Amino acid sequence: MITIIDYGAGNLASIRNMLRSLNAECEISSDPKKISRAQKLILPGVGAFDHGMHSLRELGLIDILSQKVLVEKTPILGICLGVQLFTKRSDEGTLTGLGWIDAETVQFDKAAFTVNERVPHMGWRNVELNQPSRLAEDLPTDSRFYFVHSYHLRCHSPSDVLFSASYGYSFPSGIEKENIYGVQFHPEKSHRFGKKLLANYAALN
Amino acid sequence: MKRIRVIPTLLLKNGGVVKTRQFRNSVYVGDPINAVKIFNEKEVDELILLDIDASRKKRPPDIQMVEKIASECFMPVAYGGGISDLDQVRSLFSAGVEKVVINSSLRSNPEMVRCAANTFGSQSIVASLDTKRTWLGKHKTYTSCGTKCTRLGVIEAARMAVELGVGEIYLNSIERDGTQKGYDINLIRQVTNSVSVPIIAAGGAQSITDFFAAVSEGYASAVSAGSMFVFHGVHRAVLISYPSQDLLMEQLYKKVA
Repeated sequence: MITIIDYGAGNLASIRNMLRSLNAECEISSDPKKISRAQKLILPGVGAFDHGMHSLRELGLIDILSQKVLVEKTPILGICLGVQLFTKRSDEGTLTGLGWIDAETVQFDKAAFTVNERVPHMGWRNVELNQPSRLAEDLPTDSRFYFVHSYHLRCHSPSDVLFSASYGYSFPSGIEKENIYGVQFHPEKSHRFGKKLLANYAALN
Repeated sequence: MKRIRVIPTLLLKNGGVVKTRQFRNSVYVGDPINAVKIFNEKEVDELILLDIDASRKKRPPDIQMVEKIASECFMPVAYGGGISDLDQVRSLFSAGVEKVVINSSLRSNPEMVRCAANTFGSQSIVASLDTKRTWLGKHKTYTSCGTKCTRLGVIEAARMAVELGVGEIYLNSIERDGTQKGYDINLIRQVTNSVSVPIIAAGGAQSITDFFAAVSEGYASAVSAGSMFVFHGVHRAVLISYPSQDLLMEQLYKKVA
C-alpha cells in the first residue's frame, strides 16, 4: 500500500489515477496514524514552499514523517514541491525545510536564459540518468517528463543526484539517498515514461 | 535541441467537442472522452479544454464532465470556461486538472484571480486573452467568447494579468481562429516583449512551420492549435491527429536555438 500524503498541496487525483492504472494499491491520507502504518509514501506538492511546510506542521505530520523516513527507513518519493521540502531551505520562503538531504532549493538563474526561456519552467524535458537506480530501471532512453516549477534543487552531495535536466543550464531533477527518492518533474503527468517510473517505485521493497 | 510544448485546444459545447472559425460557426467534431483518449494515446504534451458556452450563458464549469475527462489524461490538462469563484477553482483542481484558464473573470473578478494564484500557485493559473484588431490596427481584448470588447489593449491586459499573478498567457487571435492562415506573429511579439511569463500562441496554426515561426519570430514559449489537430485536408474532414516526435524533433526542436 502506497500512502499519498494529503497536506492540501497538489493534484492528488492524478497520482491516484496513475497508480490505479498500474493496479498499485494506494490511499490518500493526512491522518498521522495511517501514515505511521504506511509501507511506502509519496509526498506530492504544488505551490509555495512555506505553505507546504506550514501545512505539514499544522497537520502534525513532521515528527511522524521524520520517524518513518529517517528511523524506520520507509521509502518516500517526493514529487515537485514534495522533493523541495526534503531540502534544508528554499529561496522561495523563510521556513526551514525537512533537511533530509544535503541540498537547498534555489531560484532559476535567469541570466543564463534565452528570450523564450521563462519562469515558471513549464514543459517536457529529457532527463539524464547519473547513476544506476531501481527507480530508473528499464526507462526508455528517450524518456521525457513534464516539469512545472520556478525553483530547483542544488545538491551539495553529488552522489545524491539521480537525474539531471537542462533548462538554461543543467540542474538536479531527481535525487536518491537510501530510502529517500524525489523528482522535480511530474511522473503522474508524463505518459508511459512517468508510468514506468511510478511502477518502479511501486515495485520497490 | 529544445522541446517546445505543442498543445491541442479542444472546444466544448453542449457536451461535445466543436471547432469554430473566428469564434463563430462551430462545427461538431466528436465526443470529448473519445477525443481525449486519442490525444492520450498520441502522447500529446498537454491539453487545453475550453467550454465556449459557459461564460456566455453564465453557467459554472461542469465539474463532473471535467473529472471524467481528466481521469483519462496522463498529461497535464488545463480547463477554462465559466470560472467565476474560488470554490470552482478548488473543485476543478480536485477533479484532476493541473491548470485553470481564466478570461472573463480577469475583468469581472480580478481579486478572485489574485487569490487563486496565491492559493494554488501562479503556475496553475493561465490568463486567456482573446484579441481582435480595431480599424486602426490596435489589438483589443474580448471576453465572453469574443462577444464583449473590454476596450483594453492587449499589452495592457497582459500586464494586468501578470500583476494579478497568472503564470502563463494563452494568447488567441479571434481573426485567425480556425482559419489556418498562420499565427499573428506581430501580436505574439508585442506581448512576449511586454511581460516575462511564458506565452502560449494560439489562433491560425496550420503546420509545424507555423509553430517554429511563433517561437523563433514571436518568442512564444509554447504553441497551441485546434483545427490542425482535428481536421484533415481541404474539406476539413474530422480526423484527430498529432505530429510524431520525429517530425517535431526535425522541424521544431532541433531548429530552435
